[in-house]
Amino acid sequence: MKREKRHEPDLALHIEDLTVAYEGKPVLWDIDVNIPPGVMAAVIGPNGAGKSTLIKTVLGLVKPTAGHICIHGYPPRQALKRVAYVPQRSSVDWDFPTTVVDVVMMGRYGHLGWFRWPGRRERRRAMDALSAVGMEAFAKRQINQLSGGQQQRVFLARAMVQDADVLFLDEPMAGVDATTEKAVVALLQELRDQGKTIIVVHHDLQTVRDYFDWLVILNVRVVAQGPIPEVYTGENLRKAYGGRIALLDPDSSGETPDAVPREVVN
Amino acid sequence: MLELLGNHTVQTVTLGAVLLGMVSGLLGSFAVLRQQSLLGDTLAHAALPGVCIGFLIAGTRHLGWIMAGALVTAVIAALFVQVVTRYSRIKMDAGLGAALSVSFAVGVVLLTYIQGHASASQGGLDSFLFGQAAATRPSDLWFMGGVTLAAMALVALMWKQLKLVTFDPLFAGSIGLRVGVLETLLTAMIALAVVVGLQMVGVVLMTAMVIAPPVAARQWVSRLEHMVFLAMLMGVISGVVGVLLSAGVAHLATGPVVVLVASALVALSLLLAPGRGVLWSWLKLWREQRSIGQRQMLVTLHKLAEHHEDPYYPVERSMLDSFYGVATSHILRRLQARGFVVPASHMRQEGPHWALTDAGHNEARQELERMDWNQAEV
Repeated sequence: MKREKRHEPDLALHIEDLTVAYEGKPVLWDIDVNIPPGVMAAVIGPNGAGKSTLIKTVLGLVKPTAGHICIHGYPPRQALKRVAYVPQRSSVDWDFPTTVVDVVMMGRYGHLGWFRWPGRRERRRAMDALSAVGMEAFAKRQINQLSGGQQQRVFLARAMVQDADVLFLDEPMAGVDATTEKAVVALLQELRDQGKTIIVVHHDLQTVRDYFDWLVILNVRVVAQGPIPEVYTGENLRKAYGGRIALLDPDSSGETPDAVPREVVN
Repeated sequence: MLELLGNHTVQTVTLGAVLLGMVSGLLGSFAVLRQQSLLGDTLAHAALPGVCIGFLIAGTRHLGWIMAGALVTAVIAALFVQVVTRYSRIKMDAGLGAALSVSFAVGVVLLTYIQGHASASQGGLDSFLFGQAAATRPSDLWFMGGVTLAAMALVALMWKQLKLVTFDPLFAGSIGLRVGVLETLLTAMIALAVVVGLQMVGVVLMTAMVIAPPVAARQWVSRLEHMVFLAMLMGVISGVVGVLLSAGVAHLATGPVVVLVASALVALSLLLAPGRGVLWSWLKLWREQRSIGQRQMLVTLHKLAEHHEDPYYPVERSMLDSFYGVATSHILRRLQARGFVVPASHMRQEGPHWALTDAGHNEARQELERMDWNQAEV
């Protein structure tokens, strides 16, 4: 058995000199990201900034062109059981023939041996997670009967049974109702208070300061990163979004963290 | 028709059809759910050049060589599609279509070359185009049985991995499953199933055996394990019924009859299945419309009574007819049967009148609450 030395073990996520390219075009260029454990971090940036690619690369779904990634000091392949992942809701076919509790149990598959089938213990874990997201009454339902918000809660429950230290969520608030959004945020904050690290690709600039305490602004390169009060400034946002941002406060010089930015459609 | 089962050839062919139905229903379920129904079509057409190459190598119509050749070219075509879609901008459907037509063209060219040069003993290769079930020999059954068993073992052992890769490949990758390897394995198994069916159903129609049973099965059930089981059963039914029909009715081509039976099962399932079937949705829609009409009527009568400050205010039916733009007497009669309205006395020169009962007012108030609540939800 070879003992690997941990690299930057004090960081939940450490990314150094990472470049990812699709068909020769860099989607992420030479980025360094460091996120300490126990924070709830948002990853924001304009369309095509590489937010989803960043998460997929960290999870080993996309091969990096250069650079390295560590999760709690381990390379991603050795940290599989330390991370949980909530993909975009639209990435799966919700007409797939299965039930809600079955989907949640999938979160335990990584902990089961190769040929072991999920059993009573996995079911109990899944039911606990479902009641945490307020969906226990739906356990036996077909997944094609769920609303968008319910689908998101089910995905979150699946991530919770993974018993991970770091949770990655790709646009969990996209297309869900206000009640679900509040419930999801409350749950994520609770998980953070338990010491887990939450990393969320987020698209709604207006809620960044209410929901999160750490921020990574991305636009192919890293524009800024750190605690919200230091990073969430008009100047940084303008750097990332360019002319596509409107600051509601007309007097804002760009330095006031009070400026409320809004992404302008088209 | 059942006495046909005493015939030795029919026995062999029937057993072959059972095995084919099982293996194609089993693996087809995953192909259909991964939205790769066309994969089976491409694999089947891509098997044709392999059939010819196998024949050319063996020099005779030796089934072992032909099957091996078919498997090799089918797998090459599948890998070609996988590589092309991964490393270029070509999408899956275009890749499958290109691989299908190119390999089928190569196959037909080779076929005509062989027919032009072959001696008499080497003819009959074109039976692979549409299948020739009667040519199935008992020794072929061992091969078919082996493939079926291997496929079942694979699916049973790796059930949760295959399920996860089919439902949510991104999540599957994030927990460390080798998604590419599993997909390749599934594709290779489908190629094997296609090769198994070539002799019986033929290159052109084989895809129906992969698609039809799972599509029919999906209509009836809503769990993957049930769907796979039912798809296998439907495959077996199509095979056996098809073989018996074609053997019973003077020499109809077996392959196409099997495919027609499978298609009939799909049509029946689309029409009749509870929950998803066409008839079911019509019935639901009809019931819904009926109950909406009744509920609207209750609310209308309730509001009119409120407006006139008389809970038993009699409303003339012709007024309701003009308000709804349709004849309302059947709605009113159904409400009367439920005890929500009663006919009211009226002046001789006017038409029939109706008034709400207390129960009717209650029902209307509940309906209004429901409507408010629904509005709040939105």
